Order: sequence, then C-alpha cells, then structure tokens
Amino acid sequence: MQLPFDPLLAAILVPLAAALLLLAPLPIRAAKAVALVGFLLPALLGFHTWWHFPTELGGADYAFRSIYDTGLRDALGISLHLGLNGISMPLFLMAGVVGLAAGLYAMQSKAERPRLYLGLLLVMQGGLMGVFASIDIFFFYFFHEFALIATFIMVGVWGGRDRSYAAMKMTIYLTLGAMLSLLGFILIYTKSGAESFDLIALREEIALNGLSGTVQNYAFGLLLFGLGILVSLFPFHTWAPLGYGAAPSSVSMLHAGVLKKFGLYGFVQIALPLLPAGALAWSPALLWLALGNIVVIGLIAIAQRDLKQMVGYGSVMHVGYGFIGVACLSSLGAGGVVLFMVAHGLSVSLLFLLSTSVYHRTGTFDMDDMGGLVKKAPVLAAFFLTAVLASIGLPGPGLLNFWGELTIFMAVYDHAGWMVVPALLGVVISAIYGLRAMGKVFYGQPSAAFLKHQEKNAVTDIGWGERIPALVLLVTLVGFGVWPRALTEPLNRTLEAVYPVVEAAKAAPATPAVAHVSADAR
Amino acid sequence: MTIEQLQAAAASNTWSTIAPEIGLGVLALLLLVLEIVFPKKKHALIPTIAIIGQLGILLGLLINFSPAYLGSTSFNSLLQHSETGQYLRAFFLVCSILVSLLGVVALAKQRMPRIEFFHIVMVVTGAMMLLAQSANFLLLFVALETVTVGFYILVSYTRTNPLSLEAGLKYLVTGALSSALLLFGIVLLYGVAGNPAALGSTDNPMGYFGVRQFLAANPGDFLASVGIVLTLAGVAFKIGAVPFQIWIPDVYQGAPTPVTAFLAVASKTAGFAVLLGLVYVFQPYETLVVTTLSIMAGATILFGNLAALTQHNVKRLLGLSGVSHAGYLLLGVIATLSVPDAAGAVWFYLFAYLLASFAVFGVMTHVAGPNDAEQDLDHYADFAKKRPYLAGVLAIGLGSLAGIPPLAGFMGKLLVFMAAFKAGLYPLLAIAVVGVVISIYYYFGWMKAAYFSTWRPPLPEGEPEPAVPASTPVSFPMGLALGALAAASVVFGLYQGPFAAWLLSR
Repeated sequence: MQLPFDPLLAAILVPLAAALLLLAPLPIRAAKAVALVGFLLPALLGFHTWWHFPTELGGADYAFRSIYDTGLRDALGISLHLGLNGISMPLFLMAGVVGLAAGLYAMQSKAERPRLYLGLLLVMQGGLMGVFASIDIFFFYFFHEFALIATFIMVGVWGGRDRSYAAMKMTIYLTLGAMLSLLGFILIYTKSGAESFDLIALREEIALNGLSGTVQNYAFGLLLFGLGILVSLFPFHTWAPLGYGAAPSSVSMLHAGVLKKFGLYGFVQIALPLLPAGALAWSPALLWLALGNIVVIGLIAIAQRDLKQMVGYGSVMHVGYGFIGVACLSSLGAGGVVLFMVAHGLSVSLLFLLSTSVYHRTGTFDMDDMGGLVKKAPVLAAFFLTAVLASIGLPGPGLLNFWGELTIFMAVYDHAGWMVVPALLGVVISAIYGLRAMGKVFYGQPSAAFLKHQEKNAVTDIGWGERIPALVLLVTLVGFGVWPRALTEPLNRTLEAVYPVVEAAKAAPATPAVAHVSADAR
Repeated sequence: MTIEQLQAAAASNTWSTIAPEIGLGVLALLLLVLEIVFPKKKHALIPTIAIIGQLGILLGLLINFSPAYLGSTSFNSLLQHSETGQYLRAFFLVCSILVSLLGVVALAKQRMPRIEFFHIVMVVTGAMMLLAQSANFLLLFVALETVTVGFYILVSYTRTNPLSLEAGLKYLVTGALSSALLLFGIVLLYGVAGNPAALGSTDNPMGYFGVRQFLAANPGDFLASVGIVLTLAGVAFKIGAVPFQIWIPDVYQGAPTPVTAFLAVASKTAGFAVLLGLVYVFQPYETLVVTTLSIMAGATILFGNLAALTQHNVKRLLGLSGVSHAGYLLLGVIATLSVPDAAGAVWFYLFAYLLASFAVFGVMTHVAGPNDAEQDLDHYADFAKKRPYLAGVLAIGLGSLAGIPPLAGFMGKLLVFMAAFKAGLYPLLAIAVVGVVISIYYYFGWMKAAYFSTWRPPLPEGEPEPAVPASTPVSFPMGLALGALAAASVVFGLYQGPFAAWLLSR
C-alpha cells in the first residue's frame, strides 16, 4: 500500500503539530482529541512500516527513504535523511506503541494544566520517532535532544518526590552524555573524509578508505562514555532511578522505555559497524561495566522498598544485558540487543504504568505500606504479574524478552565463555525482586497503613482508561513474542550485510587495517 | 601626499555608499528636533517614529542588499564594502530596533528624559555599522570610540540609580584603559609598518592591507608582536574575554536592561567583527595570534561559566554567561585561521545569540520593577502560572542560550564546534564541552525558578513578605516581537534554509 504522504516524516511532524495546536486555548475535550491523533498516528505508522516492510530489500539498504534539505546540505553535508532498515524498524514500531500507551495513560491522569502536559509529551514523542527514523547521524542526535527541555519541565512541574533535584541532575547528566557523544560523532565526521553525517555515505567512505586505529579508539571511547551516560551504564547510572522515581509515569515510560534505547541503538547501528577496531579495544571494559549494571545494580534493586525506585533500578539493571550484547561484537549479539530493546521498552513501560496505578490505589510507593491489593484489584494484579514475569524473561508473557536475552547469552558464551554465569545471575535477581514486590504489594495481609488508607479512600480495580494503554503494550509484547520472525527476518538481512566488518575485526585483531598502527594516518 | 593622490582620495568619497549610516544620523537628529517642535502631549509618538524610521532604513538596506559598490573600497580605502558588511549593517539595525522597543517598556518605569535614549542608540548603531566595514585602523579607532562614548551615557542613563552611575564610571575607566591599549597597539604597528627603511614598508601604514603586507614581509618582528598583542587586548575588552572581563558583571547589572541587551549582543558582535578583520590582518603572525587567543578562549569559557554559577541577579548571570559565549565564539575566530568557513559559523552563532538574548532580555524588561538593577531569580517564582506567554518565550530563549536542540543556539554551537574540530583545537573543545555542561546548571536553574513551584520556609513572625515587582503587561507590538524572536529561535534550529547556507559561504 502506498501512502499519499511520507510515513516517517508524518510520524515525526504530526505529534509536533499536535503539540503546537495545544498551545491554542481549545476546550479540554478538543485538546484531548488533538493529542490522541498525535499519539495514535505514529503507532499506526509504526505498524504500517512493519507490515509493508519490503522483503526484497537488500541488506544494507533502507526502506521508506526520503531526503529533505534543511539548508546545511551543501555547506556541511547535513540533511534530514529518513529511512528504516532491519535494525531501526522494530524500534520505530516500539517507539510508536509505547508513545501511544504513554499518551493514553497521560490523558486519563488528572494532571494539572493538562494541555501543557500533553503538549510537552507530544514534543517528546515527535523526537522519539525521529531518532529511529533518521539515517543522518546529526538528526539522530538532534531528535534525541528534542526531549531534553520537555523532560526537564515535566519532571520538575508534575514530578513526585525530589523532583527539582532529580530534574536538574538528570538534565546535567544527559547533557554531559549528549555532548560527549556529539564530539564522538563529529570526530567520525571530520576524520572519515566523507564530509557528511549521512550514515550510508559514512559507511561507504570508511569501507573504502578505512579509519585509523587511533581515531577509532578515541571516537569509540567518546561514544562509550557519552552514550553510556545516556543509557545509564554503571557507574554513570545514578541519575536514572532517581529521575524515573520522580518523573510522572508517562515521562518515565517514554524515557526508560524508548528514549534510553537511543544509546544502545547508537552502538548497534552506528558505533560497531563504523568503528569495529575501536569497539574491539574497548570491549573488555564495556563487558565489565555491563556486569556491574547486572550484578551491582541488580542487588541494589533487591534492596528497594519504594516500588517505583525498584522498577527504575530494575530497568537500569536490564540495560546491562544490552551492553554485554554490544560488547560481544557479533551479529548474534547485536540481533539479541535489538530484540531485547523492543521487549524491554514494552515491558518496562508497562511496569512503570502499573506501579503508578498501584500508587493511585495505595497512596504510597512504599511497599511495606501495601499488601493484599489482589482482593481489591484483581485485574491490576493480573496485569502486574504478567509484567513482572515478562521482565524476568519467562517464556509465556515474556517470550520476546526471553528470545532477546537467550540470544544475548548465547553470544556472550561464544565471546567470553564464563562471563555468561554472572550474566545469567541477572535472571535470578530480577526474579527475586519482581516476585518479592508482587508478594508485598498484592498478596499477604494488608498492612496497617494500607488499611488506614482504605478507610478514607475507596479502592477500586483499574478501569478501561488504564487497561487500554496496558493492553496496547501487553498485546504487542506477547504478539511479537509468539511471532518473533516478523521482526527477526528483516533484522537478520540487515545484520548479515552490515556486521561482517565487525566480525572480521574481531577475528583478525592483528591486521594492520585495524590495529594500533598508523597513529595519525589521516 | 601629492595633489593627484589627494584628488584621487577625494574622488573616492562616494557618500552614497554610507547612505544607511547617514540616514540613521539624520533620523537621530530629527528626533531631537521633534522633541522641541512637538507639544509635550505628543512626545509619546517620538519613539514610534524612531522605530518606524529605523524599520524604513532596514527595509531600504534589504531591498538594495547587493549594490554595485560591493567588493570595492571607498573614502580612500577607509571602508571596505562586502556582503558580510551588508549583513552586519542589517544585524546592527535589527539590534537597534529591538533595543528601542525594549527602551519604550523600560523607560516607562523611570522618570527620565526619553528621547535622548533613542537618539544615542541610533548614533551608536551607525558607528557600529561603520566599524563592521572599516578597513583602516584610524576609522576603526574613531568608530569604536563613538560606540564607547555612546555607551558611557547609555550605561549610566538611569542617573537616579547609584548602581547605574557606578556602572557608568566603571565602564568609563575600563573603557578608557582598553582604548589606550588599542591605541598603543595601533601606533606600534603604524610605526613599524610605516618605517621607510624597513623591508616591505607601506605608504599606508594605517590600512589593513598595508599592515598585513608588512607583517608578511617581517616575520617575528618584536615591536609588531607587541603591537598585535596590545591591539587584541583592546578588542578583548569589548567582547569581555578573560582577563579583560572584569567590568562585565557590574556594568551589566547597573545599566538599564535594554542597554544591557545592546551591550550583550550588538557591542559583542561589533567586537567580533573587528576581531575577525584583525585576525585576517595578523595572519602572518599566526602562532602568536593563535596562542594569545587560545589562552583567552579557554580561560574565558571556564571563568564565565563558573562565575555565573553562583549568581542570583539575573543581569549579572546573563553578563557572566555572555562572557562564556565570547569564549565559544573565540574558538570559531581561532578556527578561521585554518578553516575558511569558520567565519560563517561565528556569524550564525551571533545571529542565534541575538534571537535568544533579546527574547530573554525582553522578558526581563517586563519583569523588572522600578529598580532596574535588582532583578533576582526569586522574582520569577510562579512565573509560568502568572505569565505563561512570557514564560514560554523565556524557556525558549534560555534553552537556545544553553544550546539545546531544536533551538538555534544549538546550531550555532554545533557549527562553531565543527569548525574547531576541523582546525584541530581538541583541548579547547574539551574545555568548551565542560563549559556547556556547567552552563546547564544556571540556565535550567533559571527555568526552574520560573516553572517549578518550590517550597519556601515560612517567614519569621513580623517579617514582611519580600516584595516581588509586578510585571508589566505586554503591549501588542512587543508581544509580536517577542513571539517572533522565540519562533525564529525554533525555526532556525529546525530549518536553517538558504539563510544559513548563504551565511556559511561568507
């Protein structure tokens, strides 16, 4: 089916246009309808691009391509080049779905100044769609930063405890990460000789002329720390649980679920294929730091009493899987990371959504002050259990998480052997904190504090306003868990075309093309 | 000089080439006449006439943007007409119009003579326009002095406010010092380049071209080196680069807000226009220039950002953050020595800086109470609820100053950083990144003050509530101007279009 407009550009611009429209003093019902269009359309276009993703496409090619000149093409080689390949298409789809769920959840929430709230959320959504639709690295970065001011204001105005501190800390960390990765990208741009930020042009130029080992090491180092900070790599993670704990739930969903995938996606799509030798040099360090994410932060997550903080730490812990997958430098690892990102994005945003729903019923995030909620809210309990099982990666609701993690573990075993043991520990850790939370919140006797809360407030089960966004996430998660081929087939084709460079670098680390020779050859 | 040379010089006095400057001067004088002619009741019309007149001159300039005399010199090579010069003329005119608009709002809060303000602003603008096109040290100095003398008056304009008077005095003393340094430098260069016995000596040792020729023929001349450093130091005062930034916080605080904006944007741009011209002249002494400017740039970025961190007065905060912007811009200036298109990056940065700064200063003019020098972060409490429109403009302006996509300020930073990358200024880039991250704290701290409702400790018994000045309502033209500035910050962040392409090819 041929759409009469460019689906990728529409997915970026429609939310932004909706946000602009919300500035007008519309009546609240009309404002919500406008917002709904802004959230629904990217999700529909996400499914559209997935369903119509061309099967005959060559591995290194992009579908739905289009180029727009913003005035810097001739001077700097920057143009808005949109397109999807097997790596970005699943994430584009996931961003649309999570955005829809976050938008629906925000619409039923009783936030103050709803127009501004929805408007800022739509700005975030437009940026997110842009991140995964951009072939041009400049715009990839640019769209990521779109969300920064919006996130800052949303956390500070509508956030919970410590919001002012959390908003500031988050923004400073994210800016540092973004600036470091920007330097990394500019380094690639200037040293490759392509005089363009276009990923395709860069790939071709580097395949032709190569990039010296020193440049690769510096560039990958900048990206490792830059993107690492953005994805909360241990030990630069402290902003994340704090920020997610303080942020309003829709923001946590979009940020932890989608925006943070920016960094991992940057590794899989850009850093590894362009800088294989640099990646090889940094890979051991990355492996160890990623294990820090899984083990250290996993243990911290177990120790949490605050439900939302626990979900936040849990999300940071799971990101470690993504990093070890990247550190394996193989197409198997990269494929696992992409699947994992989709699964994690859906499941972690589901958890954030549900824990806020729990909060609305218990009046607290402190798990010691809850208990026995299953009697009052059985449907919520069922959703929550499913989400917990999914995030553990159990086959069943968490099939997609399971495929992603399994692939990553296989890649780790191939690459580093014994390292798979501490990595597997992560599964046990997430089972411990997840099931323990389940028990504390929903089962057992209600705590004294919760009983007292019930006296004053009627505790009811979740209504359709909260069920629909949860179902949107859950159905997508289970659907792709049952039918992962729908994502892996285009993914495989792209990885087969792009990743031989990476695996070649790994297989022959001593060849002059990649080793530490010719320090300033270029 | 022979008679023939004098005749040739006289013949090159094509007055039509400086029609916009003459127009501004005539308009400025006309205002004074109107003040006498008009009855008192109609004096409120005069600022409108001033603004409309300036808009007319701007329009005329834009219509005739590429006149036949572009690329040539006039007035015996005092002026060099170029497209960059045309662009800067328009740039300073836009600044002048915006300052006049802000002046209308700010002067209404003071019991002050009104008309002279607009008069002086226009005279200063005319001098800046000449400065941007000068190709001769003599004209450079005269134009720069006209600008500085105008600012002496403007800075201490609210003469009932002791802080304003103090600021004026400080600006006078430091300004005189900087003029002296500049003059020393110019005289040294004039002396060595005009020495008939010297190799490569020139018969026009005040002209840029002659000096450059002499420097190229005499590498490593000691007196010339001293002259270069002194000249650069004199200009560094104008842009507020470390170690000549000492006047900035006090003067920015004491000056009336529109004048602060004028200093921050137009005066800084004029400084950079001069600096870019001088860097070209001094190119034969590249190592010296790069060393001097690199030390300045690194120190400027760090000092500006660190000093701004602790400020509570928003005018001081903007002043010190402006110091750091001068540092980033110096990166671009240094890069012009090896990367030709870096100058375009500097111009774009300054353009984005104009949009963002005037948006922020415009909001400040409305928030300010009768005491213009005391503008505190606390005055912005609950600002987003009380004045959503102004708060939106403020957020966009501050975001753009901080360099956050999708705003124009980010594009400016990106272009400058890319130029610096191409020139290989890696240590300075590292400092710049640190600076940008630090700046997030104070720019977003301001946004925090405006948007977040923060808990305040209850006041002790009997203590009066600290007075927050009531912000003035926004007039329609002012609202339009602020909205246009904010919208332009967004649009030029997203779509730079042919404008940026044109600017980058300068």
